[in-house]
Amino acid sequence: MSAADGGGTTTLVVRVENKAGVLARVAGLFARRGFNIESLAVAPTDDERFSRLTIVVGVDAAPMEQVVKQLDKLVNVVDIRELNPAASVERELMMVTVRADPEIRGQILDLVRIFQATVLNVGYDEIMVSLTGSPSRVDDFEGLLRPYGIVDVQRTGKVALPKLVKAAPDPLAP
Amino acid sequence: MNMNGGQALMKALENEGVDILFGLPGGAILPVYDPLIDSSIRHVLVRHEQGAGHMAEGYAHATGRPGVAMVTSGPAATNIVTPLCDAYMDSIPMVVVTGQVPYAAIGTDAFQECDTTGITMSVTKHNYLVTEAADIPQVIHDAFYIATTGRPGPVLVDIPKDIVDPNNPRSAMEWYTPDSHDLPGYLPNQAGDAELIRQAAKLICEAERPVLYTGGGILKSRGAEALLELAEMTGIHVVTTLMNRGGFPDDHPLCLGMPGMHGNYTAVTAMQEADLLIALGARFDDRVTGKVGEFAPLAKIVHVDIDSAELGKVRRPDVAIQGDCRVVIEELVKALKEMGGSEAQPDRNQWRSRISGWQERFPLTYEQSKGDELLKPQYVLEQLRDSTPSDTIVASGVGQHQMWTSQYWKFNHPYTWVNSGGLGTMGFAIPAAIGAKAGRPDRMVWAVDGDGCFQMTAQELVTAATEGFPIKVALINNAYLGMVRQWQEMFYEERYSEVYLTRDVPDYKMWAEALGCVGLRVESPEEVGPAIAQANEIDDQPVVVEFRCEAEENVFPMVPAGMSNSDVVVDPSQRDQPR
Repeated sequence: MSAADGGGTTTLVVRVENKAGVLARVAGLFARRGFNIESLAVAPTDDERFSRLTIVVGVDAAPMEQVVKQLDKLVNVVDIRELNPAASVERELMMVTVRADPEIRGQILDLVRIFQATVLNVGYDEIMVSLTGSPSRVDDFEGLLRPYGIVDVQRTGKVALPKLVKAAPDPLAP
Repeated sequence: MNMNGGQALMKALENEGVDILFGLPGGAILPVYDPLIDSSIRHVLVRHEQGAGHMAEGYAHATGRPGVAMVTSGPAATNIVTPLCDAYMDSIPMVVVTGQVPYAAIGTDAFQECDTTGITMSVTKHNYLVTEAADIPQVIHDAFYIATTGRPGPVLVDIPKDIVDPNNPRSAMEWYTPDSHDLPGYLPNQAGDAELIRQAAKLICEAERPVLYTGGGILKSRGAEALLELAEMTGIHVVTTLMNRGGFPDDHPLCLGMPGMHGNYTAVTAMQEADLLIALGARFDDRVTGKVGEFAPLAKIVHVDIDSAELGKVRRPDVAIQGDCRVVIEELVKALKEMGGSEAQPDRNQWRSRISGWQERFPLTYEQSKGDELLKPQYVLEQLRDSTPSDTIVASGVGQHQMWTSQYWKFNHPYTWVNSGGLGTMGFAIPAAIGAKAGRPDRMVWAVDGDGCFQMTAQELVTAATEGFPIKVALINNAYLGMVRQWQEMFYEERYSEVYLTRDVPDYKMWAEALGCVGLRVESPEEVGPAIAQANEIDDQPVVVEFRCEAEENVFPMVPAGMSNSDVVVDPSQRDQPR
């Protein structure tokens, strides 16, 4: 089962100090404690002192509690949020180049339309498209493109934020 | 004040209260060795960088203050990896400064370049590659803060040559005294949760067969007095792990001594039979628990540790308290007093009599050598114990001699036992003893070493001789890598593979003398006492006393690796005793 299925995995959102070598510390910790990284996305935050890592971890690999506690011990790790897939909104970006001879290009464009993907570049016998969506939707799209012949594919790994509170507080509540 | 990075490094170390630095100069660190001449800090010139690291550890063990070592780049940095890992495993506060090739040369495979921060990332609590001279005061301030707070550990600071070299404009800087730390990801917490402490107190008041399982966290937190109060108020027996020998006095009637693979029968069995283990600064190490699934099967667990990652790592606690051991014990004592103090403790007479029954039936034992047999190491250690001051600091290497020392010594004062527990670093004893003597020159310091260990770090006796550290070494020469020999005897059908070191080569007495020490050799029991007395008299030179010991002596009791602690193997002479 892959990370993108959301099964057997947990997503950790880790805020780290934006300093040289921090990614190596995190990656090294996972390696030496025997924890498995399914995917990893890194980007700066709105505060330039910090970066955010979104790490998808195989939960069977190790007790998640140990993963979080050991990560938290790294001096450069500021805070860690564990995101339950059901309580978070997850997105992933895929760019993919597919074989697309002129006679079948139409079929691929049908899929692009259905998935609301975007055509990025067109060659004489290939087409490059991108899709942003939940990891499982990206999986589906990739699966449907595969029979046409995937030339190149690049996925970012998942990023996520917690779902927002739906019910506004009762203004009459004490 | 304008200065260069090298001067700033010295000043920063002085500001942290460093009085002694263990090190060895070389190319990349060379510019720092010049301002060292004008510094108030004493430098001890070691003979191998591993020695510098273990000396810093020994200093920290004996004083509680961070040990500091300084070495150059490349091979010097790799030579100090073992002490870093040792300090990491045993939570020893230590700061190591390494030289590095000039910043612009990093990554070019320059002479004596290695990726020091990369190599040491997994064996340090934290490490730094300093890129600007102006960062030196703050990084050193942070390094000491990180090394000494929370769960202590080693911190490495890697300093490229150009930022400390006065001939390089990159070394120019304006001195400032840092007064704070900008470490948003590092917020060590001392106090335990009050409600959890009350829950722990309640479990203690309900327990019929409680045991205090105390580890290195007691010593690290300066918590020995608090532990004594807790034990005496509740009347609960105390086991002291290898890392907490001396954290509770061995002479105390409540002390059960060392548990674990070579722990005494009573300490091991009391934990197995307990209905409550109060684990204080201990980490359920495999050498203590034996087969984890069968460890203390009837016990509820209260676990106190400064490192929350230890809580539940091995055994799920019933009450998990993150906090400094001393602070939590003091709060626990208060909570227990509110519940009625010693009055509120249940009648545990039956438990006490079971414990004293085990103590009577299964004391530590060995057979004294007969006829022309060589010495029994246990006898040597008993004699050494009985003819040295009670506050003598004892450092040991790793192996049989370490276990015998822990078993037979009476540790009645904290910070008198210096050893390599987690990593099990052979060769630790001699440099660690030197570091301990440097930190506590008022104390007698004995290193108990094996012949295998001795050959790994004996060169540091030159450091001891020339730098004026009159340590004493009791060399237990059994001609073997004894612990490995014991395992091959017990678990490999006596098929001895590469464990014989020879009895006479090297000639330890001559070697000791060549290293600048007094060398003594002892072969019969009646010579043991006089030789120790002679060594104790010598205070202007290190002494090595070679005790020629029986090769076949084994360490008992023993819980074979992977077995349950209930299957502890006692000394052959006790095997008919009812359990």
